[in-house]
Amino acid sequence: MRPWKLFVIFALALGLMAGCQQAAPPTAGTGEETAALGPKTLVLAGHDSFSVSEEVIAQFEQANNVTLQFLSLGDAGEALNKIILSKDAPLADVFFGVDNTFLSRALDADVFVPYESPLLANIPDELKLDPENRLLPVDFGFVNINADRLWFEEQGLPLPETLEDLTKPEHAGLLVVENPATSSPGLAFLLATICHFGEDGYLDFWRALAANDTLVSDSWSEAYFEHFTVGSGGAGDRPLVVSYSTSPPADVLYASDGRTEPASVNVNPPDGTFRQIEFVGVLAGTKEPELAQKLVDFMLSPPFQEDIPLQMFVYPANQDAQLPDLFVQFAEVPADPAQVAPEAIEANREAWIQAWTDVMTR
Amino acid sequence: MKKKLRQTSLLLLYAAPLVFLAVFYLYPLARILQTSFRADGAWNFAGIGETLARPYFWRVVWFTTWQAVASTGLTLVVGLPLAYMFARYDFRGKSLLRALTTIPFVMPTVVVAAAFTALAGRSGLLNQWLQAFFDLDTPPIQLMQTVWIILIAHAFYNVSVIIRAVGGFWSNLNPSLEEAGAVLGANRWRLFREVTLPLLTPSITAASLLVFLFCFTSFGVVLILGGLRYATIEVEIYRQTVSFFNLPVAAFLSLVQMGLTFTVMAVYTRAQAKASLPLETRPRQRTARTPRNWRQRALLILSLVAMLTLLLAPLLALVWRSFTLGGQGFTLQYYQALTENQRQSAFFVPPLVAVRNSLMYALATLFLSLFLGIASAYLLDRPRSWMTAILDPVFLLPLGTSAVTLGFGYIISMGPLRTSLWLVPIAHTLIAAPFVVRTFLPALRRLDPRLRESAAVLGASPLRTWAEVDAPLLFGAVLVAATFAFTISLGEFGASLLITRPDMPTMPVVIYRALGKPGLLNYGMALAMSVILMAVSAVSLVVIERFRIGEMGEF
Repeated sequence: MRPWKLFVIFALALGLMAGCQQAAPPTAGTGEETAALGPKTLVLAGHDSFSVSEEVIAQFEQANNVTLQFLSLGDAGEALNKIILSKDAPLADVFFGVDNTFLSRALDADVFVPYESPLLANIPDELKLDPENRLLPVDFGFVNINADRLWFEEQGLPLPETLEDLTKPEHAGLLVVENPATSSPGLAFLLATICHFGEDGYLDFWRALAANDTLVSDSWSEAYFEHFTVGSGGAGDRPLVVSYSTSPPADVLYASDGRTEPASVNVNPPDGTFRQIEFVGVLAGTKEPELAQKLVDFMLSPPFQEDIPLQMFVYPANQDAQLPDLFVQFAEVPADPAQVAPEAIEANREAWIQAWTDVMTR
Repeated sequence: MKKKLRQTSLLLLYAAPLVFLAVFYLYPLARILQTSFRADGAWNFAGIGETLARPYFWRVVWFTTWQAVASTGLTLVVGLPLAYMFARYDFRGKSLLRALTTIPFVMPTVVVAAAFTALAGRSGLLNQWLQAFFDLDTPPIQLMQTVWIILIAHAFYNVSVIIRAVGGFWSNLNPSLEEAGAVLGANRWRLFREVTLPLLTPSITAASLLVFLFCFTSFGVVLILGGLRYATIEVEIYRQTVSFFNLPVAAFLSLVQMGLTFTVMAVYTRAQAKASLPLETRPRQRTARTPRNWRQRALLILSLVAMLTLLLAPLLALVWRSFTLGGQGFTLQYYQALTENQRQSAFFVPPLVAVRNSLMYALATLFLSLFLGIASAYLLDRPRSWMTAILDPVFLLPLGTSAVTLGFGYIISMGPLRTSLWLVPIAHTLIAAPFVVRTFLPALRRLDPRLRESAAVLGASPLRTWAEVDAPLLFGAVLVAATFAFTISLGEFGASLLITRPDMPTMPVVIYRALGKPGLLNYGMALAMSVILMAVSAVSLVVIERFRIGEMGEF
């Protein structure tokens, strides 16, 4: 036994770790530790679906002599809760990713400061849900139903056109949905059915769906990649899935066989789609309010907005932003999405989900 | 003077795990509980009465408990025979096979669920074969979203805990005790029941307890494979915290969960401390033998084949799919796609960097948890007093604590450390250290004190006694503990609730990120990264297992 050997190994490992620490960008902070000489650091926190091009980030960093640091805080609900809990010692300067189902919770918690960005002028009024502009719309997307085009052609079955069609015997065992308690598209679809059938009728619809052998998955990834016939590459057995109107373009962009037309098509029943709007806001307590506002401006301006569709698969909020061809071709915006007020969602979320769970587990 | 110095350094050594626990466990926990029950400046316990009055709450508590007991039982039934094979027989490819059985431990639940569905789902491979073979109209295997798939998945995940913890202990048992029994005319079954089993009890109960705790706080398996109908307390805590932001109810549920696990642990640790006795141990090379006759060989092959189908089939299904997804025959394009930044994303990293990140965190966790866990074990091995009686279960408590609650506790209590890279190995260590304690302590307790006494009589200093007696005899247990610490970190238990840095993604993070966007290429990349994760863990485990310092490691 030679203890010194152990020590050498120990020291080496620690050195390795220290090296890794140095190789990484500086740790977060709200700008306190940045020296006056180098670029300032601005922290942008978001949910884990946030993505952006290198080149777009570089544009902002160079123009403002700033280093952007990103934090990923979990899914949309988790991320917002973390932001609210850390109110007294903010994690970041700017937070992106509050959606309209969580808007009320975010505004009630009083964690964002108002900012009247000049770029709001280019954003349609229907997307602006906070009159005080504490949260500014960045993008929107539609939760809808995706169908396996070839499957329906082969079976000689017409695509469903209304929500009611989904409960017909010929559509038995075809649909997979997500659990609204654990998945945001799941909640969005539940909200659409509440809008369409009313608070008195939606549970009957879900009873009929359950009786029609509808499968419930806990997450979108599960539903899409494991059960949806297109998403799973043929291993799943559900040709209908609750997903997004922008999933078909992704089926082409991320194809493994070079296809030029998506294997899935959008089914947008009247009131059967739900618009999710995502917002950005400057966090109260930021030490760099001006830079934070500049970042918000940048996120609403065309360079960032035109990067959004193929990075995050949602539509840009700014009307001046050009849509990529794939979106124009395969991701038409649904005609009449369901409308549910954010206040109503926050007030009834638990009761609606509980009632839904009771019906679906009976 | 010298003695005083020694006592001080010993005290510092013992203080380290206590300080760690206080700072990174008790403090954040206390803060989040306070925030939850004291939202508007006044204590408010209204949520508790409400929760207790709901029959749903009692159903969840009951389900959590019985599924954990049943899962532990199933894991033991599958694991013990395998632990025996690995402990008592030598055969080619043994360490590789043992490493393979540990792979499930590091796999993200989403990926394992996909493998299970591909194999045993309604239109899975097994059903297709059975339907074709017996000419059936309906799929005969209907496991998905039943309690059976939960139990099977738990056994699949945890069987390596039994194989490693019990098998490691078993391999050092002196076979002469059994041989003596055999000479006296006992048959095999009686030998096992009256000699081997009692000797193994400390490690079997320790391993069962760890499995029980994992199943008791199970989250992903229940949520993904169990479907809507089943919820553990941990699942309910997640729902209350994340979707409803109902912190008082979530905090109360966390307390219930901790209370229940603490009770189980207190009973266990009490029984354990009394039950263990010093034993003579033997190097494992001398206790294992090659199968001698055709009967032993057949038995060995049969049980290994059974294990391969049970444990490795889902993993092989994953490997297969990562090369054939999309139905155009064999392809490497998903592995190739991993190395290309197709959309010029700012968060792209090549797979090797993700491997490096994961290994860095795992190495840091390994050293930190070995140091703290071994110090804790020595502290617990001191003469029994009220202090060890309390500390024993307390060291285990992080395993029985909700990751959701603790993650939120970190957010409000850790200041600048919240976004530091160091918080990741620290959080992993919180889960890994109890494993180190539980695998190391049984070995420490069976160490014959006469060995140390003889060394002291012969004039060895305490440090030298430790280096020449403890270290070589316990090194095997350290290696087993090291494999646990390493795999826990690679699999990122409970760390999903920490803040992640998108510029420093680990292998699991790359997998989750790929699964966040539609498109077959993304799915294929997630599968390919999972296969890389499997390969990296298998190689690392073999390396750890073969690790030797001089004579050490023979035990």
